Amino acid sequence: MMARIVSTLYAAAIYAFIFLPVAVLVLFSFQGTLFPIPPFNGPSLRWYGAVLNDARLTDGLLNSVLVAVTSSALATLLGFLSAWGFARYYLPASAVLRGFITLPLTVSYLIIGMGLLIFFNWIGMPKSLTAAGIGHVVINLPLCFAIIYSQMGDHQANIERAARDLGAREWQVLTLVTAPMLWPALFASFFLSMTFSWDEFVISFLLTRFDTTLPVEIWNLLRAGLNPKTNAVGSLVFGVSILLAIVFELVAFRKRPR
Amino acid sequence: MTALVSVDSISQSFGQVQVLDAVSLAIQPGSYTVLLGPSGSGKTTLLSILGGFLQPTQGRVLIKGEDCTAMAPARRPTATVFQDYALFPHMSVGSNVAFGLRMRGVAKRERLGKAQDMLRIVGLDQAFDKKPHQLSGGQRQRVALARALVVQPAVLLLDEPLGALDLKLRRQMQDELKAIQKRIGTAFVHVTHDQEEAMALADHIVVMNHGRIEDEGPAERVYARPATRFAATFMGESTIVPGRVEADGQVRTALGLFPASGQVPGTEVHVAIRPEHVRVGPAIPATVKDVVYQGSFKRVTATPTAAPDIQLLARLPAGEPVQEGAEISLRVDPGEIIFLKD
Repeated sequence: MMARIVSTLYAAAIYAFIFLPVAVLVLFSFQGTLFPIPPFNGPSLRWYGAVLNDARLTDGLLNSVLVAVTSSALATLLGFLSAWGFARYYLPASAVLRGFITLPLTVSYLIIGMGLLIFFNWIGMPKSLTAAGIGHVVINLPLCFAIIYSQMGDHQANIERAARDLGAREWQVLTLVTAPMLWPALFASFFLSMTFSWDEFVISFLLTRFDTTLPVEIWNLLRAGLNPKTNAVGSLVFGVSILLAIVFELVAFRKRPR
Repeated sequence: MTALVSVDSISQSFGQVQVLDAVSLAIQPGSYTVLLGPSGSGKTTLLSILGGFLQPTQGRVLIKGEDCTAMAPARRPTATVFQDYALFPHMSVGSNVAFGLRMRGVAKRERLGKAQDMLRIVGLDQAFDKKPHQLSGGQRQRVALARALVVQPAVLLLDEPLGALDLKLRRQMQDELKAIQKRIGTAFVHVTHDQEEAMALADHIVVMNHGRIEDEGPAERVYARPATRFAATFMGESTIVPGRVEADGQVRTALGLFPASGQVPGTEVHVAIRPEHVRVGPAIPATVKDVVYQGSFKRVTATPTAAPDIQLLARLPAGEPVQEGAEISLRVDPGEIIFLKD
């Protein structure tokens, strides 16, 4: 009995440690006065209104959505094609090449961001949302590749062979058979990429200038000091992340009939 | 009669391993050909070459007189039923069957109608809207068959199609396969290692071993007069004994003298004796080593007194009172002796 109480308290303490900052952030986004500090006198939607009336923040939000959707779609597509290539064709030094494709997972975003900054500078490509989007493809492609590659087996190779035998061209095999069979993996890759792109800061910060993503706008806002508006926009970002994570979990861990 | 498919001295190597060694084969229109052999005999490789999934190292494949050796699977007049069925898991049964027609640009209404007709032929018209995972193994097998047949291939290739089914279902599907083949008249080429399955299905059995064809012909002929020692042992049971052809046209073996018409005097040969051609009789005294009661007959292993290193297999009537360890006298039907090439 005692052990049970202690372990329950321990678990509660751990969850409090993890979620208390977020809870405080969300709570004070509903603050009625000018400062996000106790005492709490709300709830009020005043700061959410302020966020939605701030053109820079709403632009940032739309930019973030745009970058997340396009970069995730591209990363998923490229990850799918490379996984298919590795799974279906004999390549010399296949294991080494696979290692290289997943390597960016281990490199810090700062290094990738700086590398891309130098490279884009060198080829004369200006800082832009496109540049940040390419950065997000770089960080998410290895992830998409790993997820999709893990789901490709020999059984599916035989199914593709059957499609070819029945007259399907290569692009028809990919679009009508391979991709639909891997639909859960593709979907999971896409949503996980979205989650990472959505709140990614360093690469966006380094690679964008005038039009930028929401995390960078929030950082700009923070430089002017704390106010409940930052809490409100932070809560919005958090809410969207949670939503994406839930979708990912539903897709990736749903029990599937064989 | 011109052959529908001509395999013209096909060889196939994977690295140092030679899997097929100059195999030639003719497949007649409307026939049911079974490629029979143990694993590693090259039968599945030969089927893959017929289907276009593998390019032979040497040799040619002609289908309907056209050289198809380098032709992609999609463009050949063949269709394959895969061992694991390889159904499209995300499509309904109807869409699975209609897939080949869809690839040929057949309009939706028409192709779904034809798919339904083909499902009726294989006895599965109720399953049109189901997904493959809702079906049993035998039902999936039928869907795979319907999917391959609906494109009206000149040759249907079946890669151990019954291998994943339990014995009872297997025998039942055998009968159905044969009936469907007779009904639609397409040439079937079927790979198996099960000699009972082969004999039940084949118009033409091709016995393969080590990348070569050991024997081929109608099932009865291959069983009754196997050309080689391997064919005799792989197709059913037999007792094989060495012998020598004498000047008087008889072959002398440890089991006695037998007529050896057509054999060259003075040569060493092997003869095979099927167990059903051994009966109780006054010729060969022997000791019964083993009796297995099989219901309709008794499978008896006996050691001849004159040649104790030979195990003579006999299929005796179920009512025959034989006991392990007892003395018995057996007789071999002289007309049924099989002469083997090595």
